[in-house]
Amino acid sequence: MTEILKPDTADQVLDAVKWAVSEATPLDVRGTGSKAGFGRPVQAGRVLDLSNLAGITDYDPGELVLTAGPATPMTEIEQALAETNQELAFEPMDMSVLYGTDAGAGTLGGVIAANLSGPRRIKTGAARDHFLGFQAVSGRGEVFKSGGKVMKNVTGFDLSKLMAGSFGTLAVMTQVSVKVLPRPEKTRTILLMGADDTHAVAALCDALGSSHEVAGAAHLPASVAARSAVGYVSGAGTSVTAVRVEGPGPSVEHRCNSLRDLFAPFGAVEELHSHNSAAFWREVRDAAPFTGDWQDHQVWRVSVSPTAGPTVGQHLRARLGGEVYYDWGGGLIWFALDARSDAGAADIRRVIRDCGGHATLVRAAADVRQAAPVFQPQPGPLADLSKRVKEAFDPEGILNPGRMTAGV
Amino acid sequence: MLMPKPDQGVIDRRAEIIAAMRAIVPGEGVIADDAMLKAFECDGLMAYRQLPLIVVLPETTAQVSEILKYCHDNGVKIVPRGAGTGLSGGALPLADAITLGLSKFNRVLDIDYANRCAVVQPGVTNLGVTKAVEGDGFYYAPDPSSQIACSIGGNIAENSGGVHCLKYGLTTNNVLGVEMVLMDGTVLRLGGKHLDPGGYDLLGVLTGSEGLLGVITEVTVRILKKPETARAVLLGFNSSEEGGDCVAAIINAGIIPGGIEMMDKPAIHATEEFVHAGYPMDVEALLIVELDGPKVEVDYLIERVGEIATGQGAIYSRISESEEERAAFWSGRKNAFPAVGRISPDYLCMDGTIPRKKLGLVLQRMTEMSDKYGLRVANVFHAGDGNLHPLIMFDANQPGELDRAEEFGADILKLCVEVGGVLSGEHGIGVEKRDLMGEMFTEDDLKQQQRVKCAFDPDHHLNPGKVYPTLHRCAELGRMHISRGQVPFPDIPRF
Repeated sequence: MTEILKPDTADQVLDAVKWAVSEATPLDVRGTGSKAGFGRPVQAGRVLDLSNLAGITDYDPGELVLTAGPATPMTEIEQALAETNQELAFEPMDMSVLYGTDAGAGTLGGVIAANLSGPRRIKTGAARDHFLGFQAVSGRGEVFKSGGKVMKNVTGFDLSKLMAGSFGTLAVMTQVSVKVLPRPEKTRTILLMGADDTHAVAALCDALGSSHEVAGAAHLPASVAARSAVGYVSGAGTSVTAVRVEGPGPSVEHRCNSLRDLFAPFGAVEELHSHNSAAFWREVRDAAPFTGDWQDHQVWRVSVSPTAGPTVGQHLRARLGGEVYYDWGGGLIWFALDARSDAGAADIRRVIRDCGGHATLVRAAADVRQAAPVFQPQPGPLADLSKRVKEAFDPEGILNPGRMTAGV
Repeated sequence: MLMPKPDQGVIDRRAEIIAAMRAIVPGEGVIADDAMLKAFECDGLMAYRQLPLIVVLPETTAQVSEILKYCHDNGVKIVPRGAGTGLSGGALPLADAITLGLSKFNRVLDIDYANRCAVVQPGVTNLGVTKAVEGDGFYYAPDPSSQIACSIGGNIAENSGGVHCLKYGLTTNNVLGVEMVLMDGTVLRLGGKHLDPGGYDLLGVLTGSEGLLGVITEVTVRILKKPETARAVLLGFNSSEEGGDCVAAIINAGIIPGGIEMMDKPAIHATEEFVHAGYPMDVEALLIVELDGPKVEVDYLIERVGEIATGQGAIYSRISESEEERAAFWSGRKNAFPAVGRISPDYLCMDGTIPRKKLGLVLQRMTEMSDKYGLRVANVFHAGDGNLHPLIMFDANQPGELDRAEEFGADILKLCVEVGGVLSGEHGIGVEKRDLMGEMFTEDDLKQQQRVKCAFDPDHHLNPGKVYPTLHRCAELGRMHISRGQVPFPDIPRF
């Protein structure tokens, strides 16, 4: 049976890591374990359960900074921010939807460790862009911090960026500070119905190249749109192309009208208001079209330059079948395919080889994630540098070994 | 400023190194003449000067790679340099190091409106990026005050800011990818036109690393469509605290302006007498708040900001009614440094960030320090993000004044850290603040940062003596002190 270390304080985290180093015992570092399905299975005899390091320690809305324990549930963060009409602007996806686990089980530390974001990242970036500072215990068993609790900081190396997206392989965070922002006063979504790929591309390029501050742009082929819980979308019977506009009321009105005019030559235009708009973008954010009946499909997240999206999407479907939809503004393709032992990894990476970018396997059985490279393999010199960075933090390979790369 | 002891062996090999460099970079790309080297003896922090061993100005990535490989193999240090506008001495030369200037990397390579990005060489100026795309209504958002001269490569090295940071982010939030060369000559690409980096975010740690990790040879930046319109409002207050509270109230109302700047009375008077921007002279603090976006949004928000300011006790309010008037509002703020230069023979421009709510306390303590050191101070402040720029006035010709000014500056930065802030908001650490790093970081914090340095540049050939007060050898940093039995068995609940 796996032994669980469950520290209550940062000091106990330090003790636990020191002990693990002295015993040469790798640790599976986790908050609530909601993202255990993301990344390669960790080969560790013991779990370092951080769930007691939870709670918001400092939050002053006027400063736009929130500090909390890494295991603070996202639901708690979201509620505290909502009370003052603020939010995490990078709109992190809730991966429990994709995994079919308890909704809202994720933690703030997990969101940062996986560098999650949502459709708004074209405008506001991902978790890494809002991650200001942290305290942690390195895999050497040393306490260190980086960054701070202010928004503008050029003081020493920005180790926060390295921590974001490192899946707990570099250090165990014991406190994190993030930038928060006011919630938009109003949100609306303009839908273009039935556009083929060429027209959707043209319409979205026009919208994103405008000064209307589009905060989300997506294209759902008809078969994917049909699975939406939003009636306007599923009932369309066609492909649905969407852009989101947010901000003060009069501004949203103005920009929506401009975008409707801009879309009109491409086909029929609809508009989603607050509730439906929020529901639609949550679906896009959480890869909801690939849940429910599609739960047995493997899911990839492919990141390419936005204009490469449709070509890559078409090639993926031609080679491997399955379905795609586009979180267009961010050049993100969500791709679901029938389960197979290698998850189609080699084919997928062949498709994107010439256009840059990378593909990440975000849902597959553990044995598949064990066998296929979950994260994009890096060219030799870059892989070597990444390995040296890992060793700079965790020379003994104590923290989440193998989670990102086999043998590292 | 104590710098690492120059390696006499390298200095003795100067002729040989010059020959090797000339073999890589022909023509005028290698500068070895003392008179010409003088142009490179300092960057924007002119208090510290040192002639470099030689200056090399490569034109291609292949040349950069060859230069670094040669230096790596022959134990020669490198100081990378962009436009030399840095304010913390990050490009201060070393007597035994080659200064590697990237000024010839000055081409815009690719403008990709469909993907809203531009690929440029690192020597292109910050404003040059915007100039390349503004004809089509686009711009590059981060705008340091030196944007007309500073290079985009230097911006990445320093993670430079500007007045737009609160709404549009710092450099680190606007760079998509780079081509870089490691000290051993390895050429790497990090990121690209896609948004999410894969693997460890090495681009993120490279940004703001002050030339200690690698040499940037190509940059991909995000470009944005210009907002339809912008308007600014001037708001005057009886105290800086009230001004600071007003900023918090604006943000609490859910408004993130394109820029919020604050000046204290000495700064207002100095700039008004210089540029005649029309600032009120009888207020203790002046806010410039700029809203940008569609006209309807700007008109709506500027009214709301006005109402909020009135509620916060503003005693002066004036909204720009034309583009000329908006520019006039900004002209004072943008000329604050030269304006202070007119009323004092010399000044030191400090740069620290504080939590905004501590502004009143910090300004009060600064006034006390001003009395203690017998030196005047004027304050300009990126109020939206808490980035202070105290300008300490002194006369270098008066014995001891420079030392007093430096001590005053150090006290201000220590205070910034004491109230929960940081040593630098946008100028970086360089040599200027290097010895204050211990105020903010523990020895273990600094060691961990230097271990990252070791992953990129194990022999410390790149820009040594900058940012970190003590140089640890990588072998020493690699030591582990933990082994079986040395750590008490922790009392941790198990299940």
